[in-house]
Amino acid sequence: MLAAILVMSGLAVVLGAVLGFSAVKFRVQDNPLVEKIDAILPQTQCGQCGFPGCKPYAQAIAEERADINQCPPGGEEGIRKLAELLGKEFKPLNAEHGAPKTKSVAVIDERLCIGCTLCLQACPVDAILGAAKQMHTVLAAECTGCGLCVPPCPVDCIAMVELREEIATWKWKYPVYQFKRAS
Amino acid sequence: MRPLYRFNGGVHPPQHKEESSGHPIVPAPLPARLVVPVHQHIGNPAKPLVQPGDRVLKGQLIAQAEGYVSAAVHAPTSGTVSTVAMHLVPHPSGLPDLCITVEADGEDRWIERQPIDYRELDASTLRNRLRDAGVVGLGGAVFPTFIKLNPGAQQRVPTLILNGAECEPWITCDDRLMRERAAQIVAGIAVMRFMLGSQEVLVGIEDNKPEAIAAMAEACAQSAFPIEVVAVPTLYPAGGAKQLIKVLTGKEAPSSGRSTDVGVACFNVATAYTVHRAVDHGEPVVSRVVTVTGNVREPRNFEALIGTPVSDLVAAAGGAREGTDRLVMGGPMMGFDLPSPEVPLVKACNCVIAASPALFKPAPAPMPCIRCGRCARACPVELQPQELYWFARAKNFGKAQEYALFDCIECGCCSYVCPSHIPLVQYYRFAKSEIWAREKEKKAADLARERHEFRQLRLEREKRERAEKLAQKTAAKAAPAPGEADAKKAAILAAVERAKAKKAAAAPRNVDNLPPEALEEIAKIEARRAQVRDMARRPVAEEKEP
Repeated sequence: MLAAILVMSGLAVVLGAVLGFSAVKFRVQDNPLVEKIDAILPQTQCGQCGFPGCKPYAQAIAEERADINQCPPGGEEGIRKLAELLGKEFKPLNAEHGAPKTKSVAVIDERLCIGCTLCLQACPVDAILGAAKQMHTVLAAECTGCGLCVPPCPVDCIAMVELREEIATWKWKYPVYQFKRAS
Repeated sequence: MRPLYRFNGGVHPPQHKEESSGHPIVPAPLPARLVVPVHQHIGNPAKPLVQPGDRVLKGQLIAQAEGYVSAAVHAPTSGTVSTVAMHLVPHPSGLPDLCITVEADGEDRWIERQPIDYRELDASTLRNRLRDAGVVGLGGAVFPTFIKLNPGAQQRVPTLILNGAECEPWITCDDRLMRERAAQIVAGIAVMRFMLGSQEVLVGIEDNKPEAIAAMAEACAQSAFPIEVVAVPTLYPAGGAKQLIKVLTGKEAPSSGRSTDVGVACFNVATAYTVHRAVDHGEPVVSRVVTVTGNVREPRNFEALIGTPVSDLVAAAGGAREGTDRLVMGGPMMGFDLPSPEVPLVKACNCVIAASPALFKPAPAPMPCIRCGRCARACPVELQPQELYWFARAKNFGKAQEYALFDCIECGCCSYVCPSHIPLVQYYRFAKSEIWAREKEKKAADLARERHEFRQLRLEREKRERAEKLAQKTAAKAAPAPGEADAKKAAILAAVERAKAKKAAAAPRNVDNLPPEALEEIAKIEARRAQVRDMARRPVAEEKEP
């Protein structure tokens, strides 16, 4: 009887120690919810939501400091996905944060650029190449089209150019039919 | 007799082969201007090597392969490059693409051609030759052939299958090619067999082409190695690569896998022909056989230069008859409407059909799906088209992928049998391109996230480094305690001394070894200078006095 109690309590102590140790040692540092929300956000890093980047916005959503409808580049679909993830009701995009636009890339008019590096500092993804008093240029493949480089330019040489549909990016359309009215 | 297998489903659309199959292949007239798209294959577009104004010869490389999955493009005739610009191309989007326009000089003069002995070259050089000759799959998929001719780690592909099934209605270009140029196709097969190390070589031809079967059998009988010509039952889509492999060998390529996974490589007979031309004659792909049929006066097969305007081909076939409302590239099952008759002939184009409402009845308005299951019975890939339709329509792409959407070969059997006339394939194409676009977007987002995080890290690091530097500086400043003033003074004095010494050292030395007269002269000049300096100072003083 006593032996059994000793064995069981001994086991309890050992297992408790193991559990306690692993709870400290293998603690998950990040909030996985933030990662999940961040995965849905479009990573434009444009700051239109009012936060300095997608990750801070994701954090704010996770902590219920921000609503799910503040991301114009994510569009309606992004809001739907967030609503689904968080078990919330869908709501239309908050117009305060801007309207969704077609994807565009920044293009620097290299004849006008004076090489001031202000846009370099504004670009959230380091997609602008240049140095002081050297002409700058945009790496189109890395540009997220956030438009943050446009306001700091002192000579207005940056334009946001909408991406045109090409064969490489063309998509088959959703089948739609026109029904003829029966006369 | 070889036992044949069956794939699931399939359909028997009206064949319409006899319209164009009775006439031999004729060369198409040389057009005045040829428009050659640089992207005529699966993979990366070729990179243009010529500029407007350049003279080119027939077969000259005008755009080189870029990256691994790519193929070269050549001038189809001799002449002058007039533009390298966007031009409408045969693509369902109706969008323009980069094309090289060659104004023909009418001489059609070949560049120097160098046949190669494929047995002498190592495998990789030979494959590069085929890439640089622009050899791609001419069955319609235009996948670069040299990649498929790489046996990979297994060193060999046991079975080589040549696809002469030509199962789509109306098309007869492979039929005519096999009838007229069987020996050359066999020569190409020899190269392919050599490259893949295959033991077994099969040629699959639908049994509605007895003349082609006879011609190929005769040519194969004279080959140095055994080639078996097999007549396969006429059933659309027996010409699909995976379907033909199933029929001939009973093997099935795994879902989203390749035929080489089961030890089989499959090529179109026209591809074998171009391999032969490239290797044994040194001729790159500058032309192809194309069927021009449908609502035209004289349906024919033409050997036409790549870049020939489709309207020229239709004109060569006697012109379109009345009622023609559109041109279709490819067959009626898988083809698409051309955006304009002015688009050029490309490597992928095996057939041009002049369509009229009389030939192809306009599809009636689609009705709701009644879940009859006919599409599932007709599907040669054994998918569940009704489910895929459901998911694609609801834009439930994850579920569509679960139901193996990407194994769909878009053959159109399901749409063909659908009693509700639902354009099922359109839904699948929509879903596929939407999924691809999303994957691309996801990749771009991941890249942006990574770059943003790295930038944050960098800014953080720079800030830290600056703070550290500042801390060091202030620490250095704070260190010298009392007695500091004396030290400073001493330092300043020392600096003044140093400066003086430096000045003395830097004094001009070119007066040291001069004769006395010269020194006297210098002294005089110095005196004059001093006088002038003095005079310059005086007037200011005088002005102040009054």
